[in-house]
Amino acid sequence: MSTSDKFVQMVIAVAIFYVVIGAILLLTQRLRSRAGERVQTAAFLGPSVLLICIGLLYPAIVTVWQSLHGASSFDPPWVGLDNYKKLFTDKQQLTVLRNTLLWVILTPIVSTGIGLVYAVLVDRIRFERIAKALMFLPIAISMVAASIIWKFVYAYRSGEADQIGLLNQILVWLHVDPYNFLLNDPWNTFFLIVILIWIQAGFAMTILSASIKAIPDDIVEAARLDGVGGWKMFRFITVPSIRPSLIVVLTTITIATLKVFDIVQTATGGNFNTSVLAYEFYRQNFIAGNQGIATAIAVVIFALVIPVVIYNIRQMRKLEAR
Amino acid sequence: MTATELDTIAPQATGSPGGRPRSAAAAAKEGLSGRLASVIALVIAVLWTVPTFGLLVSSFRPEEDVKSNGWWNIFTDPAFTLKNYSDALNGGASGEGLSTNLINSIVITIPAVLIPISLATLAAYAFAWMDFRGRDVLFVAIFALQIVPIQVTLVPLLSLYVDPPFNLMPLAGRDAPAGGLYELWLSHTIFALPLAIYLLHNFMRQIPGELIESARVDGAAHVQIFSRIMLPLMMPAIAAFAIFQFLWVWNDLLVALVFSSPEVTPLTVQLVSLVGEKGQDWQLLASGAFISLAIPLVVFLTLQRYFVRGLLAGSVKG
Repeated sequence: MSTSDKFVQMVIAVAIFYVVIGAILLLTQRLRSRAGERVQTAAFLGPSVLLICIGLLYPAIVTVWQSLHGASSFDPPWVGLDNYKKLFTDKQQLTVLRNTLLWVILTPIVSTGIGLVYAVLVDRIRFERIAKALMFLPIAISMVAASIIWKFVYAYRSGEADQIGLLNQILVWLHVDPYNFLLNDPWNTFFLIVILIWIQAGFAMTILSASIKAIPDDIVEAARLDGVGGWKMFRFITVPSIRPSLIVVLTTITIATLKVFDIVQTATGGNFNTSVLAYEFYRQNFIAGNQGIATAIAVVIFALVIPVVIYNIRQMRKLEAR
Repeated sequence: MTATELDTIAPQATGSPGGRPRSAAAAAKEGLSGRLASVIALVIAVLWTVPTFGLLVSSFRPEEDVKSNGWWNIFTDPAFTLKNYSDALNGGASGEGLSTNLINSIVITIPAVLIPISLATLAAYAFAWMDFRGRDVLFVAIFALQIVPIQVTLVPLLSLYVDPPFNLMPLAGRDAPAGGLYELWLSHTIFALPLAIYLLHNFMRQIPGELIESARVDGAAHVQIFSRIMLPLMMPAIAAFAIFQFLWVWNDLLVALVFSSPEVTPLTVQLVSLVGEKGQDWQLLASGAFISLAIPLVVFLTLQRYFVRGLLAGSVKG
């Protein structure tokens, strides 16, 4: 397809969409009876509900069903819970679980910690706007681009060759042997996690900074009159006051981390024992052709996300109630 | 989470230096001597900026330089070129360039933003201002579906596209309409809907009910109330979500990898395969990555305020 073809197709699709929706609305708006009300409701709600049922509800159910079946996509045999058993016993899959655990523990804690410290440090300094924008910027960048950015930091040249990666050049300046950051398991996973921390810290910083600014003055003044200051102020006033926001940020980043796929795919291609659940799902299904395992992994991700989301939503509700 | 609450949680991306003279943060900072605090802040700021700066510099360095030494050599031995960008866009000596993928990303993104937001606004209106049996149950169900990770849906959804029931036209494969673009538009629409409906519903509930009631009494139909009263009032909320959806679709890799046919692969997918196939062509990776992040960066810098409003709510998605 040529470029103009693509744009024509795009305009056609959007036009069809608006014409159909517009026609449905215009045709139903004149109906005034009780039944007419119902038809109008269906016109407003129908398309969305239909799409959600076909595209989310039905596939989710099918996925659970498929996870109880074998590898082939054509008439796969029933295997019960074997796929799940493999996920939790197979050596390779255990590495995947170990890596996922590292990601899920480290990313939320470290990025929230850095975001919080930075939010406190740049609060009301002269260049606050710019200082915050610097940390916030990576959020707009795709994880693919972010991973490429960090490949330039981690790049490794063996022997006497000039280093092109910043980190290895620093090692050379310090008279330490250059190190292949993305190669050696399990440390390479830590260096991949750094990329996600780099992306997520800005999110944490923005939310926490706003909630630090919302701490009532009288609390701060009262504490100050009691002689509280510095570290104690941070520990006993700032942190407890923003606790609900802290939890929302931590859980939100946890959810995002459980689904991380792009970074592993771009930085190592899942090699060198860096795979995580979300990557393994993709690899098993679209490269290894093992639908049973893949769908079982998807279900495990789902199961892990649910409690975090429920906790997250409850905390958000609390935040709203305040 | 409602509009105002989103605002109170994250009022402004970069904050304004408020009217109050002191804050808990300011007081906490005093503990660290002013200088130490500045140093720590500066170190963090540098750590967060240098990697991107290195990529930007690398993208303008001549190929031989990029491949033989690091970007910091630019300070002792400055040499710049735009060749990397033209090579990356046009493919240089070998094959197709990223310009095709840039077009694809644009063509994928625009309908994938317009369609779900229009549908979600309609549905949100129905949930907020129409009376029907089972409304609350249905709304809670859609709210709950937000948490379904897209991984759970991908495999069966792909089979639906390849081999749809009732003799419908397949949306995937060689004979797919519009080169398989419908598959991507539809997928992004589906994945966006639950969150969009939920958020827009919350915004909509904040509009005073008397406004709707009096219009109803005057004999206005729902369609008129929707288009004449609701849409204008909802524009800021719609804009906020549109920006968020734009960034989500533009930066997406997984949906594109699974559903895009070779003819319509977006930038992210092409970049990943560049990393795999031409991992040593650092100059192409650098310029390619910058091409992909230029547009979201401009969107981010110009519409920061709106973007932050959707930030908290949006990051739970997918």
